[in-house]
Amino acid sequence: MTETIKDKVRAFVIENFLFGDTSYDLADAASLIENDIIDSTGVLELVAFIEDQFGIVMGDADIVPANLDSLARISAFIEARVGAPATA
Amino acid sequence: MCGFGGYFGSVPDAKNLLERMVSAIAHRGPDENGVFVDKEAGLGHVRLSIVGLGDGQQPMSDESGELTIAFNGEIFNYVELRDELRAKGRRFRTSSDTEVILHLYDVMGEECLSRLNGDFSFAIWDRRRQRMMLARDRMGVRPLFYMNNGGTLYFASEIKALLQVPGVSAELDPIALDQIFTLWAPIAPRTGFRDIHELEPAHLMIAEKGKVAIRPYWQLDYPDRGASPLFTDERAAAEELRALLTDATRIRMRADVPVGSYLSGGLDSSIVAAMATGMAPQGLRTFSVTFDSVEHDESAFQMEMATALGTHHSAVACRAGDIARSFPEVIRFAERPIIRTAPAPLYQLSGLVREQGLKVVLTGEGADEVFAGYDIFKEARVRRFCGRQPGSRIRPHLFRKLYPYIPGLQQQSAEYLAAFFGAGDVPLDDPLFSHRPRFKSTAATKIFFSGDLRTRLSNYDAAEDLASRLPAAFSRWHPLHQAQYLESRFLLPGYILSSQGDRMAMAHGIEGRFPFLDHRLVEFATRLPPEMKLKGLVEKHILREATKDLLPPSIGQRTKQPYRAPDSHSFTGVGELEYVRDAMSEARVSDSGLFNAKAVTKLYEKCQSQPVTGFRDNAAFVGVLSTQLWLQTFTGSGIRAAEAA
Repeated sequence: MTETIKDKVRAFVIENFLFGDTSYDLADAASLIENDIIDSTGVLELVAFIEDQFGIVMGDADIVPANLDSLARISAFIEARVGAPATA
Repeated sequence: MCGFGGYFGSVPDAKNLLERMVSAIAHRGPDENGVFVDKEAGLGHVRLSIVGLGDGQQPMSDESGELTIAFNGEIFNYVELRDELRAKGRRFRTSSDTEVILHLYDVMGEECLSRLNGDFSFAIWDRRRQRMMLARDRMGVRPLFYMNNGGTLYFASEIKALLQVPGVSAELDPIALDQIFTLWAPIAPRTGFRDIHELEPAHLMIAEKGKVAIRPYWQLDYPDRGASPLFTDERAAAEELRALLTDATRIRMRADVPVGSYLSGGLDSSIVAAMATGMAPQGLRTFSVTFDSVEHDESAFQMEMATALGTHHSAVACRAGDIARSFPEVIRFAERPIIRTAPAPLYQLSGLVREQGLKVVLTGEGADEVFAGYDIFKEARVRRFCGRQPGSRIRPHLFRKLYPYIPGLQQQSAEYLAAFFGAGDVPLDDPLFSHRPRFKSTAATKIFFSGDLRTRLSNYDAAEDLASRLPAAFSRWHPLHQAQYLESRFLLPGYILSSQGDRMAMAHGIEGRFPFLDHRLVEFATRLPPEMKLKGLVEKHILREATKDLLPPSIGQRTKQPYRAPDSHSFTGVGELEYVRDAMSEARVSDSGLFNAKAVTKLYEKCQSQPVTGFRDNAAFVGVLSTQLWLQTFTGSGIRAAEAA
């Protein structure tokens, strides 16, 4: 399950923010902001992807770097929230 | 206002070359042209007649024939200088400001520059001393490019004139491309063209006896932090500002043709138009650009101001597709890749002015640099405020207040806002502190650079290059003054005054005049205490105070809305244009060798499928497209950039 989620998120990030550049060494724990992979609009694109792909409704309190700033954090967040209600 | 080209050295068939050089920039001077050829030097000129309509032909020699000048721009205090020179026995044959420079040079040599109040670049051939002097105005309003080719110095108002020199071919400078994709503009003297340079603002060049010396004759300077302020009384400062601005506008109304004014609907152009209205005996004509998109349009404010002033107002509508249609011409005139489309509507606007029969317009440009109007100044203040308590969850909410016109930002959490703006635990003594987030977010566009280009650029860092060029006193200045210096010294001449200013206006033979960039006003503003300029988070406070009786409150108290134009959507929202598809095609992009062709294809598809994309994607789209157009325009379709950085 975890691998599947992480793989989907990784594929989305590579396709949408790295424009297919598979040579980019995207470590699971690497910050998407500090590495200039994502900007303020990108976060909203990411939220839309998570909601559409995993059926999660994300409240404002969910949209924080602690949940979304790396592949590992995103997949952990999704895994914890699949099927659970929004927190805000 | 005009264009010129010339050389110092040995050139076969010089007259023919000069004619070709000035012919390449004929748009800058549709009224007259001429060439001057001497044994070791030559000058060519195209003229937009504004002062001394019947007797200001150039190149112009003095009575002795020993001094000859080619001049682009205006000397606004030429009346006072001419009176002074006459009182010293000088006789004038013409009514032009050009002849005033010649006399002043004859009297003072290169020290004459300190007396000139104007926007200018010129070349003076001094036959007696066998030397060529080139000079450019203090703030960099008028351009001047040069190159050394086979031991001969060539120079011109636009680069396309230099490309007429036999044996010279256009090559893109990879370092310049890195600078544009980080800082928005090349760092002068570098241009987008390899081996072609730009004379920096407030610099002069003297070429003689096989040597070339370049030096500044004026510098933008600020008082040390903690120095006794020159002004403590705000009312007195506002009064002096008003007097200076009035005089700066008054002398910029000097012309033998009617002078109009741009009117954006914002504070700065409204102030200039209001001042000029009382100085235009025949009434003032004003000009605006309007947009289809509510996000960019300011027509309601423009009409309110025009009505309040009673000007004869004209507007050009920038409709969906107009930016895309004019963009290849915009790049031909800008002569460099750009990452925003903002110059394109200004190209349209100058076309409107030309259609309406005017040659000269006042603009409000420069007020944001001189009186701290840009959002980046406020942003830096908020970032410092946050940086003093990196753990605060409340302070980053101020970023939302800074950018009410960016909808996506309103939905971000405090943590994300702090992260995006670098407001956490960051070094407050970084000399680029104010601009670091902008440079960082812009540099993210370099994700589209090809592997080959990255290899050639090696470890080059444009931001550090910029930091290494700051003056020694920089670290002693107040943080606001440091930020103002970065904007005024680099982005203003490097992008605003060139790509959005001179080149877009002169594409249609229109001269822009900038009262806020009068050097007396600039020097005055550098000495104002920072809190008179940026009071809390209210920008241009002292300017508002000094001019509040001139404007309706809805304009005078308006929060700045930065001038922007739709970016990638201009090209993808109007159906597919043939040239865009071709320039962005995988084959074309691959051929240029500069960008990752597959990634650019995905970007193009993303921009087509999602009308609203973030800054990085928009800037990258416009940057790649403009670079491709630059290559096609200046190097022919056989795209290939310089092989080595």
